Amino acid sequence: MSLLSWGMYPKIQNKAFLVDSSAKLAEYLKEPREYIPFGNGRSYGDSALAENILNIKPYDYFLHFDAEAGILHAQAGVLLSDILEAFVPQGWFLKVTPGTKLITLGGAIASDVHGKNHHVQGCFSECVEEFTLMTANGETKTVTRDSELFLATCGGMGLTGVILDAKISLKKINSTTIKQTTIKTKNLQETFAAFEEYEHMPYSVAWIDCLAQGEAIGKCLLMVGDFADNGKLDYKQKPKKNIPFNFPSFALNKLSVKAFNWLYYNKAPAGVSKQNVDIDTFFYPLDAIQNWNRIYGKSGFTQYQFILPKERSYEGLKAILEKIAASGKGSFLAVLKLYGKANANYLSFPIEGYSLALDFKIESGLFELLDALDAIVVEFGGRIYLTKDVRVSKETFESGYEHIEKFRTLRKREKMDTKFQSLQSKRVEI
Amino acid sequence: MSYILIIGAKSDIAKELARVYAKNGYDLYLAGRNIDELQNFSEDIKIRSGRNVILKELDITDFTTHLDFYAKLEPKPLGVIVVSGYMTEQSIAQTQWSESLNTINVNYTGAVSLLNIVANEMQESRNGFIVGVSSVAGDRGRKANYIYGSTKAAFSAYLSGLRNRLYEYDVHVLTVKPGFVATKMTANLELPEKLTAQASDVANDIFKAQQSKKNTLYTKWIWRYIMLIITHIPEFLFKKMSI
Repeated sequence: MSLLSWGMYPKIQNKAFLVDSSAKLAEYLKEPREYIPFGNGRSYGDSALAENILNIKPYDYFLHFDAEAGILHAQAGVLLSDILEAFVPQGWFLKVTPGTKLITLGGAIASDVHGKNHHVQGCFSECVEEFTLMTANGETKTVTRDSELFLATCGGMGLTGVILDAKISLKKINSTTIKQTTIKTKNLQETFAAFEEYEHMPYSVAWIDCLAQGEAIGKCLLMVGDFADNGKLDYKQKPKKNIPFNFPSFALNKLSVKAFNWLYYNKAPAGVSKQNVDIDTFFYPLDAIQNWNRIYGKSGFTQYQFILPKERSYEGLKAILEKIAASGKGSFLAVLKLYGKANANYLSFPIEGYSLALDFKIESGLFELLDALDAIVVEFGGRIYLTKDVRVSKETFESGYEHIEKFRTLRKREKMDTKFQSLQSKRVEI
Repeated sequence: MSYILIIGAKSDIAKELARVYAKNGYDLYLAGRNIDELQNFSEDIKIRSGRNVILKELDITDFTTHLDFYAKLEPKPLGVIVVSGYMTEQSIAQTQWSESLNTINVNYTGAVSLLNIVANEMQESRNGFIVGVSSVAGDRGRKANYIYGSTKAAFSAYLSGLRNRLYEYDVHVLTVKPGFVATKMTANLELPEKLTAQASDVANDIFKAQQSKKNTLYTKWIWRYIMLIITHIPEFLFKKMSI
């Protein structure tokens, strides 16, 4: 039973080595093999795929919680959803959370994930006090914020070693209700203006209709919000819907996506409206549907996510959206967000500017389109997100990441490259 | 809050059960051999759920200790879940008597020894429930693992009788028959994905079945139908088959 990434592409034969103790992991690392650590299989592309996979999910104990300071010490296989289940009722929330809670703590650090509050809170590594890393030679190191290993491992895609456990700080909340404001815009200019007008709001994200053309290009629903000041702290799991099998690949086409986008856009009232929503609805809408990746059919899908520097975002996004709309290749969810400043980590994705993420099913002609989009991203000084990527070229990747040589040098010096490799790391040579 | 006693607490299914019951507000007695190895795990549960977890040393094959073990539990558990099990390769079990005997003692004799004591107390107090984790392997003996299977057949029959006996005392007995489960024990086997359950799913199924007083739970559910077919193959054909 080979493991798949979330995009279900590519499908490769692999062998999983279950990690439920650090002693066992050290044994595995003694073997003359290359591995890549794997959490809950939510990265989209090939960043956690290799012939030999270290499955860290069973390594999932909570080790300590300091209820005064809100600092949790937990093993790397713990899911963010486990953390929420345990601590939301006590009035704690993750400082930074991505759009799914079904990822491991180790994965969150390795991808240095970010969320709707990036512009005020930064990446996941901001809440990491320290972590333990097992290096290529089986040694265990405590990695603190001031070390190079911290800069390389946060966002380092599991290529510096295996994260064993971490101490993270949580954020106090007084309610599980989020006061949400939805702003409906008519074009890209209005969208940008809305983002900047609501920059003071801690959480913001926009859903954008990427099949809109001409005047309407860049029209969106911008959703911003913050936790209510007081209220209940209950956090009950709602029953989930499930996609029980892969949809036939024709289910998703230009027409069905257009219809979906039309419905989604039109159900929202015009202008500015306000709603009260719960944590799962606001932060994790897609987690309510198990196996939603199956709607793209059995050949799988990919998510294309890039970011452009703020001053050139408007021009670049316009060019990219025009290209996508002209191609007619559908994407249910195109997510646009304004990010805050970049951190110092070598491979963390966010820089100050606008990021767009789009899902595409794998089909002929897609990679040519994405190559063409890459050219625009490079032209405007942007970069591609490794956690979503399955096909970017070494050259495109490199052009966006200024610290790449430091990362490569460290990998060589510490012999990390002899032990930790993914399909992706080989492709982009990191 | 009420305590649940989990026997054989070190297995993957047992650990998931512990998490599910703790999450739903129960305190736990976790029993097994070298139970101190679960120290970190019990911390984990306490942090996750805020429930009490008490580790209890128990050797299911050391029958003479069982009476004393149960007598010392205070408060008495509301529910007792037997997850302890032992399986070795059939080829080893059929050639080494000590392996056969251990399979029988862990899976059947030990469970009976302990559950007799539990059942008597629950009958007396007219309160409680018992869950026994048996196996689909007990539904029909196959050459591939009939020594293990026969102990589970005996255990299933025992649980069925116990359910019948305790019904009038309002004590419910659930028989669990898992099919393939992805655990440490099966990590190196090539199991068919569609038929293989995750330990956490098995635990959730058990919790739901116990709460709704189901009698027999197959998990995954499809195993009920697979075993229905297997048990209906005529013996004159079955004896020639390799399944």
